[in-house]
Amino acid sequence: MRAYNLTHLRELESESMFVLREVAAQFERPVLLFSGGKDSIVVSHLARKAFWPAPIPFKLMHVDTGHNFSEAIEYRDWWAKEINATLVVASVQDSIDKGRVAEEKGYNASRNVLQTTTLLDAIEENKFDCAIGGARRDEEKARAKERFFSHRDEFGQWDPKNQRPELWNIFNGRKHIGEHFRVFPISNWTEMDVWQYILIEKIPLPGLYFTHKRKVFNRDGVIYSMSNFMKLKPEEKEEEMIVRFRTVGDMTCTGAVLSEASTVEDIIAEVAAARTTERGSRQDDKRSEAAMEDRKKQGYF
Amino acid sequence: MTTKSYLDMELLRFTTAGSVDDGKSTLIGRLLYDSKSIFQDQLEAIEHTSKQRGEEGVNLALLTDGLRAEREQGITIDVAYRYFATPKRKFIIADTPGHIQYTRNMVTGASTANLAIILVDARNGVVEQTRRHSFIASLLEIPHIIVCINKMDLVNWSEDVFETIKSDYTSFASKLDVRDIHFIPISALKGDNVVDPSQNMLWYNGSTLLYLLENIHIASDVNHIDARFPVQYVVRPYSDKYHDYRGYAGRVAGGIFRPGDEVEILPSGFSSKVKSIDTFEGPLAEAFAPMSVCITLEDDIDISRGDMIVRKNNKPEISQDVDLMICWMNEKPMQLNGKYAFKHTTREARCVIKDVKYKMDISTMSRLSDDKNLGKNDIGRITIRTTIPVMFDSYRKNRITGSIILIDEATNETVGAGMIV
Repeated sequence: MRAYNLTHLRELESESMFVLREVAAQFERPVLLFSGGKDSIVVSHLARKAFWPAPIPFKLMHVDTGHNFSEAIEYRDWWAKEINATLVVASVQDSIDKGRVAEEKGYNASRNVLQTTTLLDAIEENKFDCAIGGARRDEEKARAKERFFSHRDEFGQWDPKNQRPELWNIFNGRKHIGEHFRVFPISNWTEMDVWQYILIEKIPLPGLYFTHKRKVFNRDGVIYSMSNFMKLKPEEKEEEMIVRFRTVGDMTCTGAVLSEASTVEDIIAEVAAARTTERGSRQDDKRSEAAMEDRKKQGYF
Repeated sequence: MTTKSYLDMELLRFTTAGSVDDGKSTLIGRLLYDSKSIFQDQLEAIEHTSKQRGEEGVNLALLTDGLRAEREQGITIDVAYRYFATPKRKFIIADTPGHIQYTRNMVTGASTANLAIILVDARNGVVEQTRRHSFIASLLEIPHIIVCINKMDLVNWSEDVFETIKSDYTSFASKLDVRDIHFIPISALKGDNVVDPSQNMLWYNGSTLLYLLENIHIASDVNHIDARFPVQYVVRPYSDKYHDYRGYAGRVAGGIFRPGDEVEILPSGFSSKVKSIDTFEGPLAEAFAPMSVCITLEDDIDISRGDMIVRKNNKPEISQDVDLMICWMNEKPMQLNGKYAFKHTTREARCVIKDVKYKMDISTMSRLSDDKNLGKNDIGRITIRTTIPVMFDSYRKNRITGSIILIDEATNETVGAGMIV
């Protein structure tokens, strides 16, 4: 008799599809937060599979800080068409122009924190009652305690000590008016799972993830891409390096790694040998030991 | 790890219960560390914190304490999920605190686990907490238990101590519903028998913990006999190409479905045949638990979310009166005759608590039939009456169709976790 068991990737895939279908069934106006990074690409790919042959029954939303890699934006627009989804863009620049937030100052100024306000405003304006994200529990220790269905109060806040218990695969998405949920379908995936899945599913990715020549500068051991959004300090200088990115976030807080990995297989070999987590090159997490927990409480992704 | 081996891996979900003193966090830290799942930056971060707190060496327990309050108080508040992989398997650890006031967290962590690791301090033997964890593991029908007798370094690596604890545990576990128990003498602190065989306990010739985790047989943990398909979502494309397409999306909860199968739709009782099992990649010849698929039927029947597709000759129970073992999870005690919302598979409605038969004293495992007050962290046997029929199996037979949650309609909080008797 044949063995009726799934490989771990197919089991994770099935779990994520189940979660996405629960979202469509339990919420009236869900939205998928799409950054152009590999995790949200994988989530949108899973959504396409979960509802096929019908189109994805919710929109994609990108919170645009204005500090993006242009490759990520090009990919975003192309992918949305490819999977036949409607894209909404919420702009941090608009929030700044409206006076909702103030730009950070100094050399390490970043719009990373500001996007929380833009996100919460967009959720309210569009009356979204659930925002689907690509966060994984292996990324960061505060995220290890996050639920699949994560409740947010009317201020968009997360209360880590008062989370609803989540048992079996029964998800409780009940809420009061004004509250919303964040749902993380790939909670149980690791960075390695994501890459392996991209490989077996042949999911196209932005070129940023693969090796390329780039004008960069080194700040406190982190390799940043040259951009109009960051000013060099007097002692810093522009160089050209062969790099790739392990995550795709804002240009102001995403560091590159020296790498010649040109295929997904190369990247998998690199991830397997890596000695630092992918968020190790994310400066936004290093502001303090509880940096992620604090941002999440306020309504960050 | 090569790509090929990674693609053949299985997934094992396990839970660990214990308090800080049991060395539970140290054990998890050891598994992650010795299997090289800890990264340089994570190690540096905890080395830094250990040093700051004036601790000797690296406190591996810090790896698992995610929230600020937990690090400050040195306790685990909630269920934390950890991940590691070896070339054979990927592991998901549901790490839960062990004190009695955290019973609900243990139940939560146990609900998705195939295996439980129970830690026993070799100096103390089987204590109340061991019995409590074991009872919860058995109540939640975790198919495999590994009892790790820890801190063997503190009892001179004594075989007698190990054998005594093993025999104490076996005699008490005979009262539990556990099918598969293993015993391993370990030292989480020193690493003996966790990943590498101990050089200090040559009298032990069983497997190390990691070997067992990698090799224990889990393929038969899922019910592949009783076909159950709770309908999750109705797929209607309304496109030119799929104009009349009507598919039922869901995750197989048990058994195997194939095109041509004679099926019955519950609760309506209409019959039909499986026309196709569709996926993005194309139609399948069969679907089994826990696959997420989309099923179409030969006949045009009114089916919606919450209905269940089953085989004609193998039906679950259908009733509005359901007996449960319930773990209460909320500050506000359970109200006899109180009304709650419930969720069971993809079905959601209201119910009333009709009767409390008894409360369990989970430390002694005795039934208290004159105490019917179920407060937070209490476990008891109750009967509910639902507003609509529920299609269920006993939890023992199927953990998906046998589980139910109760929700407070005013706060929307999940207040009870029920296992159908």
